[in-house]
Amino acid sequence: MNGWIDSILQGVMLGAIYALFAAGLSLVFGVMRLVNVAHGDFIVLSAFIALWLQRITGFSSPFLTLILLVPLMFLVGYVLQRVILNPAFGADILRPVLITFGLSVIIQNGLLQGFSADSQKLHGGKLEVASIALPGGLAIGVLPLLTLGVSAAMIGLLQWMLYRTKLGRALRATSADLSTAGLMGVNTSHLFAMAAGIAMVTVAVAGVFTGIRASFDAVSGPDWLIFAFEAVIIGGLGSLWGTLAGGLILGMAQTTGARFSPGWQLLSGHLVFLAILILCPRGLFPRRAE
Amino acid sequence: MTTELNPRAIRVKQSSPVSCISAVGAALLVAFLISAPSWIDRGHLSLLVEFFYFLALAQMWNLLAGFAGIISLGQQAFLGLGGYVVFFAAMRMGWNPVAALVLAGVVGGLVAVPGALIVFRLHGAYLAIGTWVVAETFKLAFSEVKSLGAGSGISLLAAVARAVRIGPFSRDTVLYGAALLIALLSIVCSYVLLRSQAGLALTAIRDNEATARSVGVNSLRIKLLVFVGTGFGTALTGALIYLSKLRISPAAAFDINWTSYMIFIVVIGGIGTLEGPIVGTLVFFLLRQYLADLGSWYLIVLGVVAVVVMLKMPSGLWGTFAKNRDISLFPTRRRLFLNADEYADPGKLRA
Repeated sequence: MNGWIDSILQGVMLGAIYALFAAGLSLVFGVMRLVNVAHGDFIVLSAFIALWLQRITGFSSPFLTLILLVPLMFLVGYVLQRVILNPAFGADILRPVLITFGLSVIIQNGLLQGFSADSQKLHGGKLEVASIALPGGLAIGVLPLLTLGVSAAMIGLLQWMLYRTKLGRALRATSADLSTAGLMGVNTSHLFAMAAGIAMVTVAVAGVFTGIRASFDAVSGPDWLIFAFEAVIIGGLGSLWGTLAGGLILGMAQTTGARFSPGWQLLSGHLVFLAILILCPRGLFPRRAE
Repeated sequence: MTTELNPRAIRVKQSSPVSCISAVGAALLVAFLISAPSWIDRGHLSLLVEFFYFLALAQMWNLLAGFAGIISLGQQAFLGLGGYVVFFAAMRMGWNPVAALVLAGVVGGLVAVPGALIVFRLHGAYLAIGTWVVAETFKLAFSEVKSLGAGSGISLLAAVARAVRIGPFSRDTVLYGAALLIALLSIVCSYVLLRSQAGLALTAIRDNEATARSVGVNSLRIKLLVFVGTGFGTALTGALIYLSKLRISPAAAFDINWTSYMIFIVVIGGIGTLEGPIVGTLVFFLLRQYLADLGSWYLIVLGVVAVVVMLKMPSGLWGTFAKNRDISLFPTRRRLFLNADEYADPGKLRA
């Protein structure tokens, strides 16, 4: 029995990472109806940049690299959207999908070239092994618990930004009706770039937290994109809190699957995703029709 | 005054003088290619086999994404499935490998039906990643099957490999013939489909799905037809690929790179035209010839070229070339002409 509780608990902790992966994807979809196929690769890129920053600056903790990484990734997202994706934006979603797919291949092979195919890890020191004992012989790691808190806070912040700030109001208006928002004086290409920049901030945070928790290599990106995507679909398109729930469900599906056989970890996650897609294609917590 | 056109005053034409010349040229080229095994060396023959299967894969992906609007990133699911079916049928069920090729295609087509019912619940970019998830599920599922070598894969028995022959033709010749046939079929089937009424509907869906549906096009039925058809073809091609590679593993057979190559070929050549994938496959092999030694730089260059093409000339090399020249080697567009004698009398133009 304890084993099962442990699996579920570990699943929640794992799911927090997936929710962190998915937050930016969910935001960009909500605002632009776009999917950045290179999303996972940007998370890997962030982790590699953090590794490199820590090496050259000598920061004791990888968390400190976020001071530089967050503005850098915001800029990457803003410029990418403004220069490459906005010109390709239109009724036809083929072009943005294929362009970001191309970027994904470029980033993966660029990382292979620059950092080799070796697995890497960020070193978080004592925090990595610290844990809190629970009754019944269970234990929760401090770092996973911190990840869960950051993940929920991140989703909360995005929600607040989208529904309580001027920027969020303009983003929602643009999402509802692009041309009318433009007529009302909203600079839509700047706004889309802001949304992409904010999504990249979540990517930077996800990159550092994941890089400490697990090892990563140049081609981890596609897997991470798929986990993020599954979390978004399970939770329901356009719902940020749904995305958090989706991430946790995916994490629990994977860890309970892994109890049967290690090979079943990823497989059971995919199967739960496909089952939810068949049973309720709009996800578990779809956004109300506006 | 009525504005209705007199139906006799207009004609719908698809062919053009250029397309008639290209038809003769294509016939000569095919005759030339059929004779190739008798005078070409083995190395170049296997290069041609590879050329043909990439051409076939690209042509089918083009039909999916360029015409039916189904952006699949999961075609490797069918490709790997085809490979595994041919291995299983030939080694565990004792089928003749050549017959097993056809079986692989049929299984691919059958699997495409429930597959479509799942992934068609998603749209656009989300459908793209949904198909990818399905392909990953296949990869993980086949990694669990112990009788097919699980994660490390399985080799084709030498006796089975030797059985790939028809009458006096050796294994190399049979594989070459099959690859050529599959490439030609992918072009001919796409061409026939696009010139049919279903093709007209497909083009309408590609240009504007909502409008197409409003005038009575059953878009779901046509998309399903294309998805199942390309599922058949991609599985058949996958079976051929692994019959020539002799070894299959889940990581290689269900690799997203198969679909990456299809996308790069189609995007660079010109999406939404039948000529595009042919031009794209030529460019792909040309680049590979010069850049293959550079390892990951090769993929970086391909990715950059594809991104730049998508940004600067979304209709690709062929589309950009043919745009203002009104050239079409495989004419699928319906073009309107006014009849000269009817046109001479403006009164007759209107009914």
